[in-house]
Amino acid sequence: MELLIKNGFVFDPINGINGEKMDIAVRNGKIVESVNDRRAKKIDATGLTVMPGGVDIHCHIAGAEVNTGRLMRPEDHIKDTERKTTLTRSGVGYSIPSTFTTGYRYSRMGYTSLMNPSMPPLEAKHTHEELNDTPMLDKASYPLLGDWWFVLEYLQKGDLTECARYVAWMMGTTKGYAIKIVNPGGLESWGFGRNVHTIDDKVPNFDITPREIMCGLAKVNKMLNLPHTIHLHTNNLGLPGNYATTLDTMRALESVATDGKPVAHITHLQFSSFAGDDWGSMRSGAEEVAKYINAHSHITCDMGQVIFTDTTTMTADGPFEYTLYQLSGHKWVNSDVETETSGGIIPFHYKRNNAVNATQWSIALELALMIEDPWKIYLTTDHPNGGPFTAYPKIIGWLISRKARMATLKKCHKKAQKKSLLPTLKRELSLYDIAIVTRAGQAKALGLKDKGHLGVGADADIAIYNVNPETIDIARKYKTVRRAFGNAAYTIKDGKVVVKDGEIVQHVDGRTIWLDVQTAEQVKVDEEMRRRFREYWTVEYENYPVTNHYLKISDPRTIKADV
Amino acid sequence: MSTTVNAVTCPVCGCLCDDIELTIENGVIAKVKNGCAMCESKFLSYKNEHRNKTPLVRKEGKLVPVSYDEAIHKAAEILANANYPILYGWSSTDCEAQRVGVELAEEVGGVLDNTAVVCHGPSILSVQEVGIPTCTLGQIRHRADLVIYWGCDPWSAHPRHLERYTTFTEGRFEGSEWKEYMNKVKASAGKKKLLSLERREIVKRKPEPIIEKVTVNKPPETLSKAGRKLIVIDVRKTMTAEVADYFIQVQPGKDYELMLAIRALVKDHELDVDQVAGVPVEYLEELVDAMVNCEFGVIFFGMGLTQSAGKFRNVDVAISLIRDLNRRTKFAILPMRGHFNVTGANTVSTWQSGYPYSVDFSLGYPRYNPGETSVVDVLLRKESDAALIVASDPASNFPRKAVEHLVANPLIVIDPHMNATALLGDVVFPAAIVGIEKAGTAYRMDHVPLPLKKVVEPPEGILSDEEILSRILEEVRVIKSQKMQEAA
Ligand code: SF4
Ligand SMILES: [Zn+2]
Repeated sequence: MELLIKNGFVFDPINGINGEKMDIAVRNGKIVESVNDRRAKKIDATGLTVMPGGVDIHCHIAGAEVNTGRLMRPEDHIKDTERKTTLTRSGVGYSIPSTFTTGYRYSRMGYTSLMNPSMPPLEAKHTHEELNDTPMLDKASYPLLGDWWFVLEYLQKGDLTECARYVAWMMGTTKGYAIKIVNPGGLESWGFGRNVHTIDDKVPNFDITPREIMCGLAKVNKMLNLPHTIHLHTNNLGLPGNYATTLDTMRALESVATDGKPVAHITHLQFSSFAGDDWGSMRSGAEEVAKYINAHSHITCDMGQVIFTDTTTMTADGPFEYTLYQLSGHKWVNSDVETETSGGIIPFHYKRNNAVNATQWSIALELALMIEDPWKIYLTTDHPNGGPFTAYPKIIGWLISRKARMATLKKCHKKAQKKSLLPTLKRELSLYDIAIVTRAGQAKALGLKDKGHLGVGADADIAIYNVNPETIDIARKYKTVRRAFGNAAYTIKDGKVVVKDGEIVQHVDGRTIWLDVQTAEQVKVDEEMRRRFREYWTVEYENYPVTNHYLKISDPRTIKADV
Repeated sequence: MSTTVNAVTCPVCGCLCDDIELTIENGVIAKVKNGCAMCESKFLSYKNEHRNKTPLVRKEGKLVPVSYDEAIHKAAEILANANYPILYGWSSTDCEAQRVGVELAEEVGGVLDNTAVVCHGPSILSVQEVGIPTCTLGQIRHRADLVIYWGCDPWSAHPRHLERYTTFTEGRFEGSEWKEYMNKVKASAGKKKLLSLERREIVKRKPEPIIEKVTVNKPPETLSKAGRKLIVIDVRKTMTAEVADYFIQVQPGKDYELMLAIRALVKDHELDVDQVAGVPVEYLEELVDAMVNCEFGVIFFGMGLTQSAGKFRNVDVAISLIRDLNRRTKFAILPMRGHFNVTGANTVSTWQSGYPYSVDFSLGYPRYNPGETSVVDVLLRKESDAALIVASDPASNFPRKAVEHLVANPLIVIDPHMNATALLGDVVFPAAIVGIEKAGTAYRMDHVPLPLKKVVEPPEGILSDEEILSRILEEVRVIKSQKMQEAA
């Protein structure tokens, strides 16, 4: 199958292409130098914007927690339904769409790859079963490892090598892609209803601190040569004054950064950038956080933008969800997982006329605008925590247009308006910047070499939007851009046209990407290991791994570790 | 030739014990290790049970053997021509079959429902109302020092629940109470009982009668001791109640009242009465002390709560109680799910459609309104015009009026056994037994997914639920496209 996309304005930041008019050639699902002009199927992209397919570094779309969110919120689905067609399965939205609908909606926006960031290893099969039913996209998942007893025990002993071996084993066993750390030490504490409050608090029953967990795993990450860094949700997330913890965290990680390369990705940074002493005095800590990130090169992050809508918060940070429950009194799910992690879910409505919510909205944009290098901060909502992914076009609007964000700010709570830094921020992102924050930067941070760009050899995952950068001023016509990014003119997955004019025209299944990390010496699976298994978990060793049966299309990436 | 297979998951109850060891001799299961009596009986009797070896189709009033092809075509015709079919059962099959089930329901515009609707449906409604603070069973093994079973009798219905997950397990922070308990029994009971306990036999006995007038004993001193405590609250003195540190016999239908009182006490409210539901308030105060002062507590609840007076109101207040308790200490609550994969049925239905059960696809998209879109209600309103029943026997447990309507319309049954529903069916498929003759996946009562093994071959030519359903789905599509062509 050959395809030729002719004459579009191409934005391909990894290859330094900034809106040049050019053709993109595709053969057998890959970008190639050229194709036979006569034989190839042609797409006339004249006057359109061409980008690599969108990449989402952090969105909760599958697994136990997401599904419990779906189960507990029929009111979320009832007004947002998708009919079955001859091509597509039916489903529901809104903030926690059913699996098929998730796939279709992302695809309609030109996205082609997603990272599902929160996989309890014990329930990894569940995650993968759902990913199999999430079409149109390539997917990967991050196993939650920061409070796993094996990690706590080996790091406590100072045995990084053994820790690394077990982490490598866990990647293959859960079919995972990166080390996810959530409120390090806090989740184990939450097992008995407690939490940690600084990065130097001792974890109850263990002789270890959050600092040691983060730095230990960041080192392990390097020893294993994993393509992504540790993926970190900080301590004290969502609490006033936590920007100080975030600064402490980033400073602590400096010790691991020796070669100028990123060693940690701090996810949904907005939720970790609150200043103030309590909810009454809560304000933005974005300036301090951005300043630090601008001056250092070892951190990448994503926004965690808040959208003014009704959504569902869900995270492995059980104690944080408990705080939200106490604040809201709303229906509350807590779900702790033996030996590994915890979790919680709360429905949440972010309101413009709520000072805290409006400040959160502002913080995320402040961060995205004040962190100067777009390769360091990416567009996310921490779907569905800050709002559903379907709001991405709105965020693009705010980023490219000062007019757009001032229009929203004007409608916000007065106190939040007064304190917002947005009026002082003149920066407006270009389409090139947007291509970085929605695909190129994310792919680069993930170490996905065949994604996020349109160079020869890349996966032919391509999005075409109905935006003509020559004829419109995107900052003024942000609504046109918003519409275009919400309904791709074309989405091309592995060289196949799957969306046309915002409608699905072909149902395809994506691959599941995972790491096969090869260590010189492997974890020994002997009687001792089996015994330990029986002691730690309530399942047998044999029944724990995610076997190939659970991957519809398996895409392993072999990694050679240094240990 | 004899081989052993390790780490087999038991496809019987929601405990989903995955440490079963089977000895296979000449292609037949000969020995079962580690399982309870229910498990042994399933693994040892599957081959003896009466199973029909071919699909059956009713012709001139009689079920006659036919080929799979013929039966599949017949079933597909029924479903493709129906306006409002129901697709029910699902809790005793694997997630792989359930996935096809949702797709089939969508394709034929039917109502998809699973057996949760007649057991823990009210629990799900409560979760949708107030949420649920919960955890996996291993958390309880490692941490719980207070275990409460309310309206359930694991000793009989989930026989290994105590020894694998709660009171009699050895966890990281809490030890097993098994020795304690054995000492207690030694002191009080005969040797015979002791031996049968050690072999984990289910002691067959008549259920104790429910008495309206009950006397509740004072809580024992041990309720404030360190280590695991076991409390049972039930309308009758069950086997589990006998091993408990403290048993509260609640008057029938008074669970709700009792729970409200406990909730009030947890919130430090004073009660103006001397007793609630037959229990003196001072005893309740001691009970509440134990709850508030534990390190990690858990309530398991069963059909005694979900199917007695009050139903989902009961579960609502139980969960609300746990929410309150979490302000004082750590507390979790879990439903005791019965069928081995009822949790999976809810899980698969939810990820594909957004809803856990009672999903109506007749408008082309998923719609959910239990009480309206639940199968029993559809049947009672006489609205369905065909049915597909998978791995379930509604004819023997639905209300009579519902069954009447069920059998008045074309009825397709997929089941390893000729159950009552199958005998009334129009198209009947024998199926391989999931977890013995077919590999797949099931979800434990705490949502932990576990692989089911295929340990022996099914009888010759017998297909699995998943295969049968996939072929029906394919055939439905063929028939539908033919109809479309004819219409065009
Ligand atoms: S307790 Fe349940 S799952 Fe475990 S062996 Fe017995 S019947 Fe099987
Ligand atoms: Zn997240």
